[in-house]
Amino acid sequence: MILLGQFAMWAALIVAVWTMVFAFSGRWRTRAEVATALIRAPYAVSACLWVASLSLWTAIFSHDFSVEYVYSYTSRNLPDYYLFASFWAGQKGSLLFWAVVLSSFGALAQAVTGARYRDLLPSVAGVTSGVVAFFLVVMLLGDANPFERLPFVPPDGRGLNPQLQNPGMVVHPPMLYLGYIGMTIPFAFAVAALFARRLDAGWIHAIRRWSLLSWLFLSVGITIGMWWAYVELGWGGYWAWDPVENASLLPWLTLTAFLHSVMIQEKRGMLKRWNLGLVIGSFLLSILGTFLTRSGVIASVHSFTQSNVGYFFLGFMIIVAVLCYTLLYTRWPALEPEAKLESLASREAAFLFNNLVLVGIAFSVLWGTLFPILSEAVRGTKISVGPPFFNRVNVPLGLLLLLLTGIGPLIAWRKTSIPNLKRQFGAPLTAATVALAALIAAGMRDGYALVALGLAGFVVGTVGQEFWRGTRARRRLYGEALLVAVARLVGRNQRRYGGYLVHLAIVVYFVAFTGGAFKVTREATLRVGESVEIKSPYGHVYRLTHLGVSQYEALNRRVSAATLDVRRDGVRIGTIKSEKRQHVDSFGRNTFQPSTEVGIMSSLREDLYLVFAGTVDLTERGSFAITVIPLVWWVWFGGVLLVIGGLITMWPRGIVVAPSIRPAATSARRAEEREPVAV
Amino acid sequence: MKAGTKFALGALIIVVGIATLITLGVRQTGVYFLSPTELLQRTQADPSFHDVGLKVGAKVVPGTIRRDPANQRIDFEVTDGIGRFPVTYRGIVPDTFTDANDIEVILAGKLGQDGVFHATEVLAKCGSRYEPELEHLKQST
Repeated sequence: MILLGQFAMWAALIVAVWTMVFAFSGRWRTRAEVATALIRAPYAVSACLWVASLSLWTAIFSHDFSVEYVYSYTSRNLPDYYLFASFWAGQKGSLLFWAVVLSSFGALAQAVTGARYRDLLPSVAGVTSGVVAFFLVVMLLGDANPFERLPFVPPDGRGLNPQLQNPGMVVHPPMLYLGYIGMTIPFAFAVAALFARRLDAGWIHAIRRWSLLSWLFLSVGITIGMWWAYVELGWGGYWAWDPVENASLLPWLTLTAFLHSVMIQEKRGMLKRWNLGLVIGSFLLSILGTFLTRSGVIASVHSFTQSNVGYFFLGFMIIVAVLCYTLLYTRWPALEPEAKLESLASREAAFLFNNLVLVGIAFSVLWGTLFPILSEAVRGTKISVGPPFFNRVNVPLGLLLLLLTGIGPLIAWRKTSIPNLKRQFGAPLTAATVALAALIAAGMRDGYALVALGLAGFVVGTVGQEFWRGTRARRRLYGEALLVAVARLVGRNQRRYGGYLVHLAIVVYFVAFTGGAFKVTREATLRVGESVEIKSPYGHVYRLTHLGVSQYEALNRRVSAATLDVRRDGVRIGTIKSEKRQHVDSFGRNTFQPSTEVGIMSSLREDLYLVFAGTVDLTERGSFAITVIPLVWWVWFGGVLLVIGGLITMWPRGIVVAPSIRPAATSARRAEEREPVAV
Repeated sequence: MKAGTKFALGALIIVVGIATLITLGVRQTGVYFLSPTELLQRTQADPSFHDVGLKVGAKVVPGTIRRDPANQRIDFEVTDGIGRFPVTYRGIVPDTFTDANDIEVILAGKLGQDGVFHATEVLAKCGSRYEPELEHLKQST
């Protein structure tokens, strides 16, 4: 199987390189059979890489410890789902995973793209194959071959790092990778359009779902990553501005900008250069993240293996950047905008500002992340910036973005009249005022929090008004029941109303992040029967009483579990348990150092978060850190809402509006004129 | 004024705003990130450096870790191969801070006049855990 896997990787490399070379030599233009071969080549590359991947999975599941990768990341007593996930536990497997998914996306892009864009497809095949070829070169020539063998067969493997033994491991890395990898398809179409000089909006339509899909995967991957860090790392938070986290945020920000600016190009033929630049930039940022984390140039707490692989990525990034931006430059005159900005009170202007702020946030995050290297290069000393920097810069920018999220949908394309502005802003501004008044009455005095929550009220007002007006119009016209009207409203304009749901999700995230700023922590060492009190930001008092430490063996570990009784304002609300786990191999020997499993008692208002740091002097006396964090639940809820909104936006159109039933001069029509149906 | 000009003005304000936020942010929150040797040299040259909060990236000296769980306190020594000093920290260290031989730590805090680094934050990683052992295994066969 191992030989087969090796062979399949080499075969994939040969086909991929052939595709890249022929796609960019341009000979397919005159020879139809070459063009056909190029369009079909991604299927072959993908098939080869699936053979290689299945070989690796077979080696993992059959415990073939002669394969170094299998030895390093698995063991005989690892449950099946972690065996499955250990495919991407290490760098070498991650690279193969990246290659196989990318090649599959490349093949899928060929399969689902309509004949209208057929003249772009050979170049698209060239780009995706080129990127796949790069990953294969890294693996085969860069000392990162997942099929590398040991000169002997160890009896058992090293096991999977306990921090990776969490359900998050099964979903978080694939989701994030799917997001990063998905970005290659819009990038490939952008390059193909530039290369073929087909610079109309065609490529934009061809990649619409791909960019949404990639954005959705990134969003879900980041959110699950936050959840995983929260339940696994034990510092009582979900975002630490670590370089690895920042690296995932960067392409998300630029892709979010693109999803908005692309609408301006579709409707008004503006921002063509900017959009191409953003797509290329997003792709480069997805590679940058890999470089930063694998090369060790930036100090991060994420324990990735450091190796020469990082420099392959740096080289690749530089080459791609130079080639692509040169290509963009040579096509510059062909990318004249078809229209000009007519008014500052227009949807276009709101989107332009939104793009500016998003790219600004991305730039500040990148700057802060790279600052240690930059300062060392310029001044000779490493200066590092941490969470205070990122919060100070990004909180105001985030609030500005939230304001634009509320304003954007309220103003029309091209320009907005004063009466229209009044009609549109009344309800959202009222919602913001009510939210603010309620918070001040409830005793909230924190400036940033008030602004954030007031703006949240504004955006909710905007979205609510859009849904309300659309639904009301349908009910008047067709006499539909409320739920039917809402469902049809969304169904007939998925992109618009799905987008609004995503806006709501973003508001939920912002509100939850605001709550996170109020967390309180307390540390304590308790004998059995002793208690500690902690005051929540809402003013409750939690009283935790140490009940004792129990020890037992589980699947692949020995567990010490500390249980504490919890009372809130004197009323018992349950127990909370945190564990220390010592993982063992199938011979009962310790593998890895002990790891902590935190205890979490979650509610809609706040989470009680317990870390058991160990016992004292072999007694049951335990050392604990207790944290109360408001509104964490809402981060995960925001994630769910975002997925629902995102799926609605890109779901294949089921219901098509028959032109005959379109009303003539009605309020629904007016509403649609204000914001034409976005397709 | 044309809409384009107005937008350019607005954009300029935002860009300048972002640049200001970044510059001030770096100036007010940026801290030195030094190796133990660099930190020792600086404090020798300028004793006021003892009071400067900064970050240190170093390796833990094997065998120097003393844990006092009752007081949630941990003491250890760090080095970069040349400079070396003791560290004391109150609080709970992350799981990645282990007794293994090659842990790298990032410390935040101050190197006091007493020659002890008083850490307010300890981050640890042990990414290269597998490789040395594997090399060892390969050589032994």
